[in-house]
Amino acid sequence: MNWQLLPQFLMTGLLAGGPLALTALGLVLIFKSTYIFNFAQGQLLLLGALFTWWFAVEAGFPLWLSILLALALSALLGFGIERFALRPMTGQPLLSIVLMTLGLGQALHGLALLVFGGAQRNFPQIFSAANPYKITTPFIHDGNPIVIILKQNLVWSFVVAILGVLVISAFFRYTNAGLAMRGASEDHELAQSIGLRIHRIFGVSWALAGVVATLGGVLLATSSGLDLSLSVVVLAAFPVVLLGGLESIPGTIVGGLLIGLSQGVVSASRLPMVRNMSEIMPYVVLLVVLLIRPEGLFGQKRIERI
Amino acid sequence: MGVPRPAGEFDTSYAYDMSTIRQPWQWWLLIALILSLYALPFYASQSVVALVNRIAITIIAVQGLNLLTGYTGQISLGQAAFMTTGGYISALLVNLSGWSFFEALPIAALGAGVVGLVFGLPSLRVKGFYLAMATLAAQFIIPWFTRNIFPDLLNGAQGLNVRVPVLFGIEFSTPQKYIYLSLTALILTTIVAHNISRSRLGRAFVALRDHDLAAELLGMNLFKYKLQAFFLAAVFAGIAGSLAAHNIRHLNSETFNLNDSVIFLGMLVIGGLGSNLGPFFGAIVVEMLIEAATLFGPFFISLFPSTAAGAVQALRPLFFGLTLMLFLIFEPRGLAHRWQLLKAAWRLRPFSH
Repeated sequence: MNWQLLPQFLMTGLLAGGPLALTALGLVLIFKSTYIFNFAQGQLLLLGALFTWWFAVEAGFPLWLSILLALALSALLGFGIERFALRPMTGQPLLSIVLMTLGLGQALHGLALLVFGGAQRNFPQIFSAANPYKITTPFIHDGNPIVIILKQNLVWSFVVAILGVLVISAFFRYTNAGLAMRGASEDHELAQSIGLRIHRIFGVSWALAGVVATLGGVLLATSSGLDLSLSVVVLAAFPVVLLGGLESIPGTIVGGLLIGLSQGVVSASRLPMVRNMSEIMPYVVLLVVLLIRPEGLFGQKRIERI
Repeated sequence: MGVPRPAGEFDTSYAYDMSTIRQPWQWWLLIALILSLYALPFYASQSVVALVNRIAITIIAVQGLNLLTGYTGQISLGQAAFMTTGGYISALLVNLSGWSFFEALPIAALGAGVVGLVFGLPSLRVKGFYLAMATLAAQFIIPWFTRNIFPDLLNGAQGLNVRVPVLFGIEFSTPQKYIYLSLTALILTTIVAHNISRSRLGRAFVALRDHDLAAELLGMNLFKYKLQAFFLAAVFAGIAGSLAAHNIRHLNSETFNLNDSVIFLGMLVIGGLGSNLGPFFGAIVVEMLIEAATLFGPFFISLFPSTAAGAVQALRPLFFGLTLMLFLIFEPRGLAHRWQLLKAAWRLRPFSH
């Protein structure tokens, strides 16, 4: 273990957990109301970032306007996906629905490649890359206190991501629409029979997921650049969701931070082999969670009846 | 299968009742088909032979997935990772210990099967997309291992050069020769898969898929059957991976990737889940689709000159994804079901039912 670098890696890992939590939130949003696990979330995220890029760079709108336009567009996309891809699948077995989102992911990936091309792009910088924050920690190494350097974009992405998660969770907790969504997730038929319009609820959930994905895409693209591999980030968000619990919004924050932290811890090792483990760390955690506590930290245990 | 038989055909013996191929003309047709495939190198171009070769190997992998996902109902996103395992095991055995490919292949299949068992363990506790996640973990962890352990042996991310299989002095170095290996393997795996699906094991798989709790209450050991399904799927993947690695003659952690796993699942759905014809239909149709995307891509792009460069590659995932979605919406039982309907319609002609 490289003790001198440990605080730095811990902090960086923790901050990287913020966007992870936001990405995971998109998955939980859809799962909570529609009971569908969306494997196409990565492509939604990528498309959101590409929309923003197109409005800001190609069309030359100011950044704040392009983000708003991209959010609107991806909400529309979410509505469209629910209407034309997932609604016909209502009542179909789980396998078909999983495959539908996988196929959707492939199609959206192809679409993104077809319309925007596969080139690496410079995403407009939202947070300044200069002047990283420096924090002096109380830990002493070789007579000097250890200083952590934090890039501004990492810190602010983290703040925005956590704020996003809090806003959405307040939405679920305190608004009627959120209550309807929670009700719909409990039992689709029951919800419909007490007068909830579940198709509209599903549509809104998908639109919200599109919005959240775009936010996440913008945050990730502004710190790590934009190309088609952006969608891969979601693969690290799957373990976050399962760790936090599939139905739990606060769980995404805890899960995101824990996964980010675990990657940070591993990165601080002196052994290159262990250091390389940071890329599969989410999945190692995932396997452990599935074996020990499949419902995650804050998820609901499902009781099955015949 | 519920398909009406021609009038006047009765099962007069148990052997006849159990037989897969009933009529002499069916035998002749099958033999003619197999012979025409074996004779392919004599009359078809190299690219066609290579395509058939690739399809045959793909079908083996999809057959394994069919046992696991189609019959047992366990979603797996890790089939390509088990192919990687099989490919690496046989490549290493052939390269290092000087084994022949034909000795290494069964070991590779078994080795992949054991790895499949390990990643099937979460199925004890989870199902549905939780299980999909566990197999997705295999898809990340196994390639990571091939990149990071024993770098002097596995050559890290660079991967291995794989030797050509040799039998009785014949080097299977071109698709024209390799196709004999893949077709023979395909025939054997088809027989095995078909017979598993209609044996006690296959019926147990179906019971597990249709209602796992009910099956458990009837006294079935769910975990045992789930693990057996995972093992079998990984064995098939190991065979396919080993065959593919020696065919491509190079192997690294990305040779079989997550995308392949998704495509295998897509092939299975397009072909027909839980049908022994499904993997054939699915693999052939999807590979054709991908070929078509490659062939007609430039023409298609020229119709829309405004699209970005490199858009030809975009057509493959686009075509595949859209086809999969359309099948899920309009024919979730796949082409195999359509084939059954077609056969029934033919037999009942001119009456519709």
